[in-house]
Amino acid sequence: MDFTLSEAQQLIKQTVREFARKELAPIAAGLDREARFPQEIIEKMARLDLFALPYSEAYGGTGDGCLAYAIAVEEISRACASTGITYAAHCSIGTDPIYLFGTEAQKQRWVVPCARGEILAAFGLTEPEAGSDAGGTRTTAVLEGDRWVINGVKCFITNATRAGVAVITAVTEPGRGTAGISAFIVPTATPGFRVSPPYDKLGLRASDTAEIIMEDVRIPAENILGKPGEGFKQFMRVLDGGRISIGALSLGIAQACLDAALDYARERIQFGRPISKFQAIQFKLADMAMAVELSRLAVYKAAWLKDQGLPFTREASMAKLFASETAVRAALDAVQIFGGYGYMKEYPVERYLRDAKLMVIGEGTSEIQRLVIARELGC
Amino acid sequence: MKTFVCIKYVPDTSEAEVKVNAAGDGVDSSRFSFDINDADNYAVEESVLIKEARGGSVTVVSIGPKESEVMIRMALAKGCDDAIRIEDRRIAAHDPLLVAKVLAAAIRGGGEFDLVLTGCMAADDGQMATGVALAEELGVAHAAMVKKVEVLDGKVKAYRELEGGLMEVVEIKLPAVLTIQTGINEPRYAPIRGIREAQKKELRVAGLDDLGVDAGAVDAGASGIVLEKLYIPEVVSKAEVIEGEPEEKAAKLAAILVKGGLV
Ligand SMILES: Cc1cc2nc3c(=O)[nH]c(=O)nc-3n(C[C@H](O)[C@H](O)[C@H](O)COP(=O)(O)OP(=O)(O)OC[C@H]3O[C@@H](n4cnc5c(N)ncnc54)[C@H](O)[C@@H]3O)c2cc1C
Repeated sequence: MDFTLSEAQQLIKQTVREFARKELAPIAAGLDREARFPQEIIEKMARLDLFALPYSEAYGGTGDGCLAYAIAVEEISRACASTGITYAAHCSIGTDPIYLFGTEAQKQRWVVPCARGEILAAFGLTEPEAGSDAGGTRTTAVLEGDRWVINGVKCFITNATRAGVAVITAVTEPGRGTAGISAFIVPTATPGFRVSPPYDKLGLRASDTAEIIMEDVRIPAENILGKPGEGFKQFMRVLDGGRISIGALSLGIAQACLDAALDYARERIQFGRPISKFQAIQFKLADMAMAVELSRLAVYKAAWLKDQGLPFTREASMAKLFASETAVRAALDAVQIFGGYGYMKEYPVERYLRDAKLMVIGEGTSEIQRLVIARELGC
Repeated sequence: MKTFVCIKYVPDTSEAEVKVNAAGDGVDSSRFSFDINDADNYAVEESVLIKEARGGSVTVVSIGPKESEVMIRMALAKGCDDAIRIEDRRIAAHDPLLVAKVLAAAIRGGGEFDLVLTGCMAADDGQMATGVALAEELGVAHAAMVKKVEVLDGKVKAYRELEGGLMEVVEIKLPAVLTIQTGINEPRYAPIRGIREAQKKELRVAGLDDLGVDAGAVDAGASGIVLEKLYIPEVVSKAEVIEGEPEEKAAKLAAILVKGGLV
């Protein structure tokens, strides 16, 4: 067993950390305040090849794999979780379905520009009536000649407004339940494809979340991913990978909480000494550091399993659950350690708290993760 | 242009508190991250900028432990072409004159060169001597504290930063050594593809014997400096509490300020 990152992974970590610290951290509070999507940062990330990390060289990637990518998500999110989710959603739920299930032509057409960061990708699964129960999709796709005609509404979709391409799930065989769901590659410029104004969110305010409304969206027949009826199975696999991303994102937020809380506790003097000298504060920091470290182990292990081509459903779910609950706990404790200052927008920890809360909701709530783990246990 | 860039692996004091090791002769590296010396990072960028503008190649030279290879690979990822890492326990690493001898041997071993860049100062021992001593060893001209470089044919124009914001412009014949000041450029981030390519670039490891350097000429015995002790000075804070009625206090305070030359 070897816990050392490869030289390339260490270099990637260092590069992304430096980039995030210098380019992103200084503007993160402003982005949140103005709910501004940092297009310029996305372009810089593209130039650093960050969107290429998980993909093989044949499809415009660098072939570094999931662990290197998870490390990048962690470091970006440590500075700005909004940018973290833009990045994570683009790669692991937007592009991955095409990378995993696309034909050679589909991959050349879509994965290559996504890996180069020339376009952003979105994944439209959730609907007003189908959230945790994503198999309850109402959106429909009907084959008319050489076109699929899609109608329906997707809600809470990350990158919806910015995306050049969206992977959308829809019912193709009504009455067959989850076996009647298929996934489609939908260019967002297709007539009939609209997005709502962006949601006004609690956190991740600099990320782009909107509703997708599809009215008679006609796409070529070959834009189906895999075969009709495979959509449900496909997105279960996509979400396995997505959970590693959300785990990595959570880890970045939790680490940021620890960094901020530790610095502050060492500097803040009350009763004549730094509050870091009080055992009550020390225990919070010790617990936080431990949970961050264990989250990292869990996330990296799940990513490593994926890179080895081994099963990782259970580990990804555990990593996501543990890291996301760690992020929320760490953010709450960080606010507590900052006291009244922590409640103020002048300090970053209230943002961490607002951002962290999505982690226990998105890509399967904590309740759903426990269901997945229990299912994996054979319950 | 054949350029060498010399870089040093130093403790990153921004991330953790510095502690001295048990022997008292070095920094405790167990809880510490090490990375490229700040000024050297700018030297790497400058060497790559020169290569991009004028063609040629850049070789990285560093004396350091195995762990420093990550730092060297980073320089390769940013565009340097190959590297030599020198590791030999016998080198008196605290003595810039001897370090310069070793670096010079590595550079001479690489054949002809046009330019050698170093950082102007190492963040750990702050001697500001290695680059200049290296020029002496190589028998070439140098410019120190360089804030801007213009490479011309057969010579280089170096803008040196002097005290009080003064700039001195010198023209030196190549080959030459320049010690680079921070802020001369904006060091790039290594693109991931560069990191990939860096894995394939040559990183040679050499000891004194490989370089043809007589150990007796560069070891502790050859050094005129003995590192006695490294320690963190105790922080002493002296506060004088002034007692008395407000007028008395004010008079005492004023007297202290006048005596201290503060008013
Ligand atoms: C900022 C943001 C970005 C998002 N991005 C995307 C995206 O890019 N693409 C996309 O498709 N979706 C996206 N989502 C949607 C997200 O995945 C869903 O919100 C999430 O899966 C939960 O679905 P829901 O909101 O409908 O909640 P519901 O499913 O209605 O759940 C409500 C509550 O009931 C609980 N619950 C539900 N079922 C069970 C059960 N069987 N047992 C126990 N408890 C249960 C849940 O855990 C939760 O606490 C995003 C959401 C947000 C907020």
